[in-house]
Amino acid sequence: MSLNLSYASLKSLRAALDSKQVSSVELAEHFLARAEDALSLNAFLHIDRGLTLSQARAADARIAKGEAGALTGIPMAHKDIFVTRSWRSTAGSKMLADYVSPFDATVVEKLNHGAGMVCLGKLNCDEFAMGSSNENSAFGAVKNPWDTSRIPGGSSGGSAAAVAAGLTPAATGTDTGGSLRQPAAMCGISAIKPTYGRVSRYGMIAFASSLDQGGPMARGAEDCALLLDAMAGFDERDSTSLNNKQAATPILARFSEAYASNASTGAPLQGVRIGVPQEFFGEGLSADVRAAVEAAIGEFEKLGATRVEISLPRTRLSIPAYYVIAPAEASSNLSRFDGVRYGHRAKEYRDLKDMIERSRAEGFGAEPKRRILTGAWVLSHGYYDAYYLQAQRVRRLIAQDFQEAFKSCDFIMGPVAPTTAWKIGEKNNDPVAMYLEDIFTLGVSLAGLPGMSVPCGFGADKMPVGLQIIGNYFDEGRMLAAAHQYQQVTDWHARTPEAFR
Amino acid sequence: MSAKKGIPTGWEVVIGLETHTQLSTASKIFSGSSIAFGAEPNTQASAIDLALPGTLPVLNKAAVECAIKFGLAVNGGDDRHIAPRSVFARKNYFYPDLPKGYQISQFELPVVTGGSVTINVDGVEKVIRLTRAHLEEDAGKSVHGYVAEGYVEDGYAEEPAHGQSGIDLNRAGVPLLEIVSEPDMRSAEEAVAYAKALHGIVTWIGICDGNMQEGSFRCDANVSVRKFGDEKLGTRAEIKNVNSFRFLEKAINYEIRRQIELIEDGGKVVQETRLYDAERDETRSMRSKEDAMDYRYFPDPDLLPVEISRDWVEEVCAAMPELPETAAARLVAEDGITIVEARLITQSQAFVRYYENLREYSGSAKRSARWMLGEISAFLNREQLEIDDPEVPSESVVGTIIASEAAQEISKTVAREQFQALCDKTEADIQALTKIIEKHELRQAWIRYIESKGLKQVSNAGAIEKMIDDVIAANPKSVEEYKAGKEKALNALFGQVMKASNKTANPAQVTEILKRKLAS
Repeated sequence: MSLNLSYASLKSLRAALDSKQVSSVELAEHFLARAEDALSLNAFLHIDRGLTLSQARAADARIAKGEAGALTGIPMAHKDIFVTRSWRSTAGSKMLADYVSPFDATVVEKLNHGAGMVCLGKLNCDEFAMGSSNENSAFGAVKNPWDTSRIPGGSSGGSAAAVAAGLTPAATGTDTGGSLRQPAAMCGISAIKPTYGRVSRYGMIAFASSLDQGGPMARGAEDCALLLDAMAGFDERDSTSLNNKQAATPILARFSEAYASNASTGAPLQGVRIGVPQEFFGEGLSADVRAAVEAAIGEFEKLGATRVEISLPRTRLSIPAYYVIAPAEASSNLSRFDGVRYGHRAKEYRDLKDMIERSRAEGFGAEPKRRILTGAWVLSHGYYDAYYLQAQRVRRLIAQDFQEAFKSCDFIMGPVAPTTAWKIGEKNNDPVAMYLEDIFTLGVSLAGLPGMSVPCGFGADKMPVGLQIIGNYFDEGRMLAAAHQYQQVTDWHARTPEAFR
Repeated sequence: MSAKKGIPTGWEVVIGLETHTQLSTASKIFSGSSIAFGAEPNTQASAIDLALPGTLPVLNKAAVECAIKFGLAVNGGDDRHIAPRSVFARKNYFYPDLPKGYQISQFELPVVTGGSVTINVDGVEKVIRLTRAHLEEDAGKSVHGYVAEGYVEDGYAEEPAHGQSGIDLNRAGVPLLEIVSEPDMRSAEEAVAYAKALHGIVTWIGICDGNMQEGSFRCDANVSVRKFGDEKLGTRAEIKNVNSFRFLEKAINYEIRRQIELIEDGGKVVQETRLYDAERDETRSMRSKEDAMDYRYFPDPDLLPVEISRDWVEEVCAAMPELPETAAARLVAEDGITIVEARLITQSQAFVRYYENLREYSGSAKRSARWMLGEISAFLNREQLEIDDPEVPSESVVGTIIASEAAQEISKTVAREQFQALCDKTEADIQALTKIIEKHELRQAWIRYIESKGLKQVSNAGAIEKMIDDVIAANPKSVEEYKAGKEKALNALFGQVMKASNKTANPAQVTEILKRKLAS
């Protein structure tokens, strides 16, 4: 049987590598060629064949010595928010257009140096991960492989588009308010944002420190489980990285054990309670998305799960709370880009102050500027209590709502986004309309909970729809296992855009 | 009202101090870089100190322990002033030598709240209350007028006439403990006494090397004046850039004069930050309150709140040295010295160590105390040395001299001279002696030595009488003058006897016998 390398699962690529059907160098060549053929998607920002092939050769050597792990030799690519020693690290910004980091992010170390995956290059994203459409990249918008006139979602739009178009079997992304889940939904792939603190933020260019969390993007839930297992773990370089017993339990072990005992019954999810929050199905949710999500929940019921109606009463408040906290942190995190030590520096200036001002004015795009201004405002003297502290209070209440809900269910399910991918340019003049698109993903981020997106159908416009699965803290293994059961009986995750087959 | 030095009658001065002490940790507060002073620019700046994209701070626990130690020291060991949960906050502002565009400091929940320091001015004790002490990181240094030799990179300001500015980030991230006092001081003298007392505490407990020249201990003074009896505080000015106790006193006194003159001339003091210029001995306005920045403080999301368990505090407490107050009280009780002597001896741990060793070698606490505050302190002041300097004669030798003096083997004068000789290290045999004595043959060696040099004190009355008779016979003029009522003549005769005895005659005996003989 000949394997379709472009869309193969990580497990089948492993088998192909182990059985010498294909070498890591051949896999790398295959995907590099596809990436170079698909430059019009604008998914990749930086490809360096030499670097990639040297990693592939090293992986082949490991495989030959019998020292390969589950992911050794399999290609992947990084969202350009993770710093890499060899490839440029731009965060999608003119500010860092030529920046090369002297060190690798922890995630890069773990996946490439540790697990032996082969990096194909760096993937486009919204500038400093700020955006829901990937139109905010200083290096141009990314196109959705299902319809190149549409956005791929954001901010991990390059990652989602690259996986969806078969330019890479896997990619990393980051999620601050939905940036892994929403582009995954819009490009018809799977992704998981883990519990805050699972994946080290060291080497992730910061947007909003208390929300930022890295995670994997791939075709299926099983691929995500393999990837997350390799990415996660305590890192002494990140003080917010989790170092407790629950965090120490391997994700893959939980994934494999979760529903093993019921596997043969035909109802593997027997006893699993799925909470369906009424607030996720109200006004603003488009009918085709609702239908696809309802159908998916129906499939889970067929697998033995029971449906429970729940309420997350402060869902609406997650938008103002998020758009106070995230910009507040961003305004401070982005202060280091001043043109003094690295990054863009204005050509002409009068004095030091002028140099900083001009460098920032020239280096940042409209969205970071908007958020820096908002953030500086909500932190300023006299407004701090009314905005920042109030938002933190709301944040705690939102987290409590989730804990209340988890008393009656194991997972919460609903849509990832109210609509499918819109047309490039459609919402450019209305940032608030764009912010409202994040309503179903922000609460999870504010609460620090794990959330994932799995493909569950198509809208009226033939664009993919994603189902959001929200679990309680540290429950990634079970979430991924439940999603995997769903993907055993459905094939939405296996669908591919015609133009890239 | 009490008159204070340098303050015109009718005025009261109110001073509070903010002191930045550089903590003696091995590495920076949020990175592993060394904090050693004087390295080549930017050789002690890691990716974290440079605030490269993707870097994160990790708290150095040793810095927290320094703060805990300080909190215990200024609260008599009471742990209630050490926050069980302390939070780091970001202080946001732009400056080229501030790499992250914010300083990690503490705002709402500092490690230490409250405490006090006792000062002594002209024999009067006063308690200065502390508001708080919080941890923070230092910024880097801008070096202006710097020109990179032989090369100008694209993008630098094209104004070679004005030179360039360089940034040295070695200091960025160095741990500081900022200690804020209440506005309890009423004169420059009190402020200096407070600063010195604080300096004594932080060096005593070993959290700061106290080196003011290298900026390890820096004071900012908040100074205001008001008419005596006024309830309301006057508008204050903050004086920065004071790097010695002497300059602190001068800067505050200058500021007091400036403010009083300003008000007396019908003007108003404006709230501002002023820089002290030591060369001109004046303070100059740096920025007024109108340009005051909004620092937009908020809890740093990269750092979890620091949980300080009571177990941890106890552990730190157990490892702490005896505090100066406790040590002073102990010395008064054990040694019967005065509290004033005890306070002076407890000026530093090294001083106490020296004293305690001296006490052991000399066998006399009171004499040791007197020597510490007399001969030894004078020597240290004269030579500008610290007590633990290797040039200071060892306790064993000095203690032996004191013991010899106590046993009346040598006179006080000889004892002093021998100490001086030790300090000068001019005589080769003194050095040889030091070696012998340090081989623990101590007293025997010493006695052999003074005997061989003819330094041993003569208390034999017959021998002294003989010397006196000779002197009386040889100095009839002085004897006549004395008998005629000129008391001073006795001193001349006394001096002659001492000279004849090579300073070994017991001076008390000489005086007594001399008087007796002359009266007859």
